[in-house]
Amino acid sequence: MPADLNLRLGLPGSDQTDVDAAKSNKRASPEKAEDTASNGVPAAKSADDHETAPAPKAQIVGWPPVKSYRKSTAAAVKKAEAESGMYVKVSMDGAPYLRKIDIKLYNGYSHLLTALEDMFKLSIEREGYKGSEYAPAYEDKDGDLMLVGDVPWEMFMSSCKRLRIMRGADARGLGCAQ
Amino acid sequence: MAYSFPEEVLEHVFSFLSSPRDRNAVSLVCKSWYEIERWCRHRIFVGNCYAVSPEIVIRRFPELRAVEMKGKPHFADFNLVPEGWGAYAYPWIAAMAEAYPFLEEIKLKRMVVTDESLELISKSYKNFKSLVLTSCEGFTTDGLASIAANCRHLKELDLRESEVEDLSGHWLSHFPDSCTSLVSLNMSCLGSEVSFSALERLVARSPNLRTLRLNRAVPLEKLANLVRHAPQLVELGTGAYSAEIRSDTFSSLADAFSACKQLKALSGFWDVVPSYLPAVYSACSGITSLNLSYAAIPSSDLVKLISQCQNLQRLWVLDYIEDSGLEALAASCKDLQELRVFPSDPFGAEPNVSLTEQGLVSVSEGCPKLESVLYFCRQMSNAALIAIARSRPNFIRFRLCIIEPQAADYLTLEPLDAGFGAIVENCKELRRLSMSGLLTDRVFKYIGTHAKKLEMLSIAFAGDSDLGLHHVLSGCDSLRKLEIRDCPFGDKALLANAAKLETMRSLWMSSCSVSFGACKLLAQKMPRLNVEVIDERGPPDSRLESCSVERVYVYRTVASRQRLDIPDFVWTLDEDSSMRYS
Repeated sequence: MPADLNLRLGLPGSDQTDVDAAKSNKRASPEKAEDTASNGVPAAKSADDHETAPAPKAQIVGWPPVKSYRKSTAAAVKKAEAESGMYVKVSMDGAPYLRKIDIKLYNGYSHLLTALEDMFKLSIEREGYKGSEYAPAYEDKDGDLMLVGDVPWEMFMSSCKRLRIMRGADARGLGCAQ
Repeated sequence: MAYSFPEEVLEHVFSFLSSPRDRNAVSLVCKSWYEIERWCRHRIFVGNCYAVSPEIVIRRFPELRAVEMKGKPHFADFNLVPEGWGAYAYPWIAAMAEAYPFLEEIKLKRMVVTDESLELISKSYKNFKSLVLTSCEGFTTDGLASIAANCRHLKELDLRESEVEDLSGHWLSHFPDSCTSLVSLNMSCLGSEVSFSALERLVARSPNLRTLRLNRAVPLEKLANLVRHAPQLVELGTGAYSAEIRSDTFSSLADAFSACKQLKALSGFWDVVPSYLPAVYSACSGITSLNLSYAAIPSSDLVKLISQCQNLQRLWVLDYIEDSGLEALAASCKDLQELRVFPSDPFGAEPNVSLTEQGLVSVSEGCPKLESVLYFCRQMSNAALIAIARSRPNFIRFRLCIIEPQAADYLTLEPLDAGFGAIVENCKELRRLSMSGLLTDRVFKYIGTHAKKLEMLSIAFAGDSDLGLHHVLSGCDSLRKLEIRDCPFGDKALLANAAKLETMRSLWMSSCSVSFGACKLLAQKMPRLNVEVIDERGPPDSRLESCSVERVYVYRTVASRQRLDIPDFVWTLDEDSSMRYS
């Protein structure tokens, strides 16, 4: 295991033999080392082995004092949280501010577009994007601007990072559909 | 005077004494009282399984019916005690199987229990009634099958928080149809699905069932059926509390709960779908204990449920409740005695919820009966702690965990000495304290001066010098358990207070500055203390004597100091103070 990712029983950068009083009140903001191992691995190294230079922040064994069955709940909760909301920003050309919606709440494109229409008080072309109304576009994981509707809904949900409602004229370049 | 009462009369008088402390006191009065008492003691509590041996217990108490025992030190919960350290139940179970054929109850905490032990229990005691395994490990569901199959009069099987190797859910089906004596079943820590029909039949034929704690694998759709078979339930732990939202599932559940007129405690609530929470509302006015520590739902949903429970005495909840939710709790639950707030994201670098010291301040202010608190948060101030101490001088247990080690008062950047000082000064009945945050030797001076009833103290990343430890050991008259990690405490304080250690159950120190030389000296000085050096770097005498040990665990004992099950990373010192290891 690389030295800077060792799990230790002591605080990173702390010198166990240093018994001097003055502990600095301000803490340098620690860099977080990667979680390479679960917190449950007992450290085999003693604090005597550490370098004198401050180590990057490693996860301290047994801290915070949370029992192991609660840790997995926390992880599951975090996972559930991440899954529970897919908020993306929605911008509309010409509008002064953006909105945010949770894509997970919609069960398909039609549902989403209706909601957007309600939200921005406009009407969105569903077929063909002939340029007279607004066209919905989105930015995907690669940063490319894509027309909404081409890929299956599930795929769209996971790849959509941002929505943009473009004025029909600007969207003509995107139009392809049929 | 002792001979003026016949033995039977004294025995009858002693039978009114149930607390082990009272019984111990009685046995010290004179030799004949010691003799009479030991023959009629039926329950014992052994706080440290290594403080005494099975032979000594059996020799002194020939008529035991109930044994309660604890094994590993508390810090084992946080992985600070290496695997294989000890606390094996088998030697006790085997010895007792011979000596106590009428044993009825076994309660173990933090011990290693094997399937072999469970099988031995199930076959040795004709009248076995109750098995409670708290935070134990080492057994599988096969062991549970033996208990289910062979204990004809089983009343209680409680596996709270134990780590069980889950081979299958089949064990539950081993309860014979003739078993109708169950009063309490807690299987919440198990992973696999049990046969639902076996479970339902078991519940239906157990008219005395008062406590039923299901595991996560029992789906919500089945809960109503189970509850309907047991309207006399007092404590219920649900399984996963989520299902597709359907009005028939909901109304079925709500109906089942409305039939439970005796329900006092609710727990479980994994994967909560908030729309199903109102199904329990009919029971809420009677609820005194609510464990929502797995319910990952927003504060507003938590509050809606909690505010229905006007008689709530105990609440365990995740920090999703936030300060606003705790304020609502303070307003609606005036009978609250115990609050535990657990962190939803303990390892996250940034706070994920709006829970601060303010939540604890609100509850302390608003709940006059609050006496026990476990609170995880990310910021604290002396001002808040002082306010808490002043509002709530009746604290008995105060455990505060500020997630960042050595976090200072976030307002003044000072240590939190004054705050914790206020707690010990105002809360004169304080029995248990866990501290965190930036703390100097000063806080230990306050503790030594004021915390005269303190029995258990947990310290981490605190203090400046041996003086801190010395204040605690010399000042805390009632101290029984002291556990310390990552503090600059060392030899001087330990050796100066060696005699104190014999008045305590145990002392744990890890990642401190205790040298091997001091450990040897301590063991030499105090023959009735077992000084265990727990060090995974190899034999301590291969290093300098002045070198700090990784961990030292000191406990008083009347058993041999060389326990037979000692692993190769533990060193204890024997009579001639040479170091012995297996």
